[in-house]
Amino acid sequence: MEKLLEQIKHGTVWPFPGGVHPPQQKSQSNSEKITRLPLPDKLVVPLKQHIGAHGKLIVDKGDYVQKGQALTSPTANWSVPVHAPTSGTILEIAPSPSAHPSALPELSVIIKPDGKDTWCQRQQVSNIKTIDHDELINIIHQAGISGMGGAGFPTYVKANTDKKIDFFIVNAVECEPYITADDVLMREHAVEVVQGIEIMQQLLQPTLCIVGIEDNKPQAISAMQKAAEHNEHIIIQSVPTVYPSGGEKQLIKLLTNQEVPSGGIPADIGVLVHNTGTLFAIQQAVYEGKPLIERVVTVTGNTIHKPGNVWALLGTEIKHLLDCQGFSPVPQQRVVMGGPMMGFTLPTVRIGVVKTTNCILAPDHNELAEPGDEKACIRCSACADACPVSLLPQQMQWFAKSKEYEKLQEHNLFDCIECGACSYVCPSEIPLVQYYRVAKVEIKEQQADKIKADRAKERFDARKERLEREQAERQNRHKRKPTTKSADEKQKVADALARVKPKSDKDGEKSAVAAAIARAKAKKQQGEQLEPDNSDVAKERAIRKQQARQYKEEKESQGSSESTDDKKSAVAAAIARAKAKKAAQQNSAESQDENTDSAPVDDKKAAVAAAIARAKAKKAAQQNSTESQDENTDSSPADDKKAAVAAAIARAKEKKRQKEGNNPS
Amino acid sequence: MTLLYALIALGSLALIFGVILGYAAVKFRVKGNPIVEQIDTILPQTQCGQCGYPGCRPYAEAIANGDEINKCPPGGESTVKKLSELMGVEAKPLAGGEQAEPIKTVAYIREDECIGCTKCIQACPVDAIVGATRQMHTVLIDECTGCDLCVEPCPVDCIDMLPLAPTKQSWKWQLDAIPVTQID
Repeated sequence: MEKLLEQIKHGTVWPFPGGVHPPQQKSQSNSEKITRLPLPDKLVVPLKQHIGAHGKLIVDKGDYVQKGQALTSPTANWSVPVHAPTSGTILEIAPSPSAHPSALPELSVIIKPDGKDTWCQRQQVSNIKTIDHDELINIIHQAGISGMGGAGFPTYVKANTDKKIDFFIVNAVECEPYITADDVLMREHAVEVVQGIEIMQQLLQPTLCIVGIEDNKPQAISAMQKAAEHNEHIIIQSVPTVYPSGGEKQLIKLLTNQEVPSGGIPADIGVLVHNTGTLFAIQQAVYEGKPLIERVVTVTGNTIHKPGNVWALLGTEIKHLLDCQGFSPVPQQRVVMGGPMMGFTLPTVRIGVVKTTNCILAPDHNELAEPGDEKACIRCSACADACPVSLLPQQMQWFAKSKEYEKLQEHNLFDCIECGACSYVCPSEIPLVQYYRVAKVEIKEQQADKIKADRAKERFDARKERLEREQAERQNRHKRKPTTKSADEKQKVADALARVKPKSDKDGEKSAVAAAIARAKAKKQQGEQLEPDNSDVAKERAIRKQQARQYKEEKESQGSSESTDDKKSAVAAAIARAKAKKAAQQNSAESQDENTDSAPVDDKKAAVAAAIARAKAKKAAQQNSTESQDENTDSSPADDKKAAVAAAIARAKEKKRQKEGNNPS
Repeated sequence: MTLLYALIALGSLALIFGVILGYAAVKFRVKGNPIVEQIDTILPQTQCGQCGYPGCRPYAEAIANGDEINKCPPGGESTVKKLSELMGVEAKPLAGGEQAEPIKTVAYIREDECIGCTKCIQACPVDAIVGATRQMHTVLIDECTGCDLCVEPCPVDCIDMLPLAPTKQSWKWQLDAIPVTQID
């Protein structure tokens, strides 16, 4: 760093690669002092004259505005205000052709000057040491200052950087042919420019400030040196005349031997560059309280009678400038805004001067020839030699023609500064720089399209999802309805119960608890009812059991003498039990019938049947027992059988009689 | 006996490799077709259906299955070119003979004629139309993809497809013609 500072102070410059030497053509316009134009009939002030958004309009059609009065107030997104260049009435606020090669309409305030040129209230600062950083930035912002070298970047943004600035560079190179606006400004207003530099020094606190001026402007160099004598931190550096040494990155390389990284800004390497005109505007804003309402414009070219530099109010139509300087157009006259290298042909001269307009060039056909037909590339590589950014213009030209934008980006298209050196040297008159300009727009458009496509996809997917969800809901509505409704109803009933209960209780606090208890009770009751009441059945069962036991005893007493074999008797008993059960059932039916006294015939029949059954059972049992006995003894089986039958008949008869006696029908 | 050993050895090897392959097939399964994703990102996502498929993704799937790559008029030449690079097929001119670079349009509803039928809202694939029944509808220009799908359903024909106005950002330098006007 020390060594670098030493070298810079010693006057060393580090040339950048490439560059061209077009004819200077500066002598026509730099010999005279800056003149002031008569007030034009109308001023067309576009709201946007810089990079960024335009401010919010704060005036209306028909309003009277004073010179320097703000027409817009800055909002977000790098917006800077514009001001009324003179006092007058606002005729209209409408879109007008803009200072752009396309002349696409831009919202503009059209003012009719009243000729009095009365200033609005101005706030002047005599000593900048008394005001702080933020206030200075605010003054610069409210004065509507943006870069006046060409790009139009808002100055307040640049000046308010939070990066450490080592080198503050003043771009007074003015390398384009014809243009002398900065040259004459420095000759006449070197003191003011140096004051502007000192304001920036206070804001940025750089190690060193370097003013770069091409060696074809000796008067400007001497004027600046004289003005900056008192400040040892300002170095006036004379640089060799080569186009495009006025390019920001080229000038940084030239003065500090540092290179701005691709895609980066100078602040990344601790460098900040401002144009001479911008510094003058800063000085005017701070010390004079004048917002940016006028600038120096070079009006030159062979068709102009009095080529020179003029103070032009912003919004002055180009036509007025030409007319005041004397203009005799040739057939198919071209009027170029900017220089012959980077400027553009104006589609109309009814365009207002803007903050970035440094030159109006009205050439005849001899000095700036019409571009001829594009011929085939002969691969001479003159363009590559001329390129100040060391790109491969010839290679990029092929890619641009075949629309291979990815390859163009790989070849660092976006590092191209569009200086036009390649087109200038091309022997085949290929408008190389125009191809790159078109390609840059195309690539940016494709990137925007890609973002839009992604967004559209997102929205389409979201919509599809929504439609599917809605359809699913519609289908499920039928299924879900009954269940949800019944549950709702239950809830409603419960709620109703709960509501009824506290009404009777009249106890608000306890009502919920009471309701819950009531619900619980209701549930319990319900549960009880649901369980089968089997006390009656149990009684019946007990009766049946008793009867069965009675019958068993009876049977045992009768047949115990005869049955000896346990096994046989068990079987017989089982059968008897089954029979008895049946009988008992019939009995129970009878017992039920007893109360009603209905169907006595049935009772009778049942009794008879039971008796027969019992008889049969007995018979079987006896037979079994006799058989078993036979096996052992084989003694008079027939007698036994007969006797048993007789007994059974007798018993049956007796039973019948008994029954008949019981039922005196 | 030797034959048996050989059979056992080969059989067990086959089994082991089969298990490995089976595991790999489950573990490293590729979900969906990755080429479809790539094609889908190239397509302009207008969802216009001019390719004959209901949306960009179905067309991407069709291309992956061997359909022609030149059926997307909104994408224009550049899309065909990118698709040809991706699919390794020759770039063809657009089917239907449309101009190489389609003019970008957005839908515009003539609001005093709109009857509020919501038919265009239902047709819009990207939900770029706002409105309600019997209420005037309007198009969100920033979201509109210019797919024309809303024009057909409109019962009163109040939807126009207007070309997007060029801005200074989208304006392109004319290479062949430098505009010349007579200076007064």
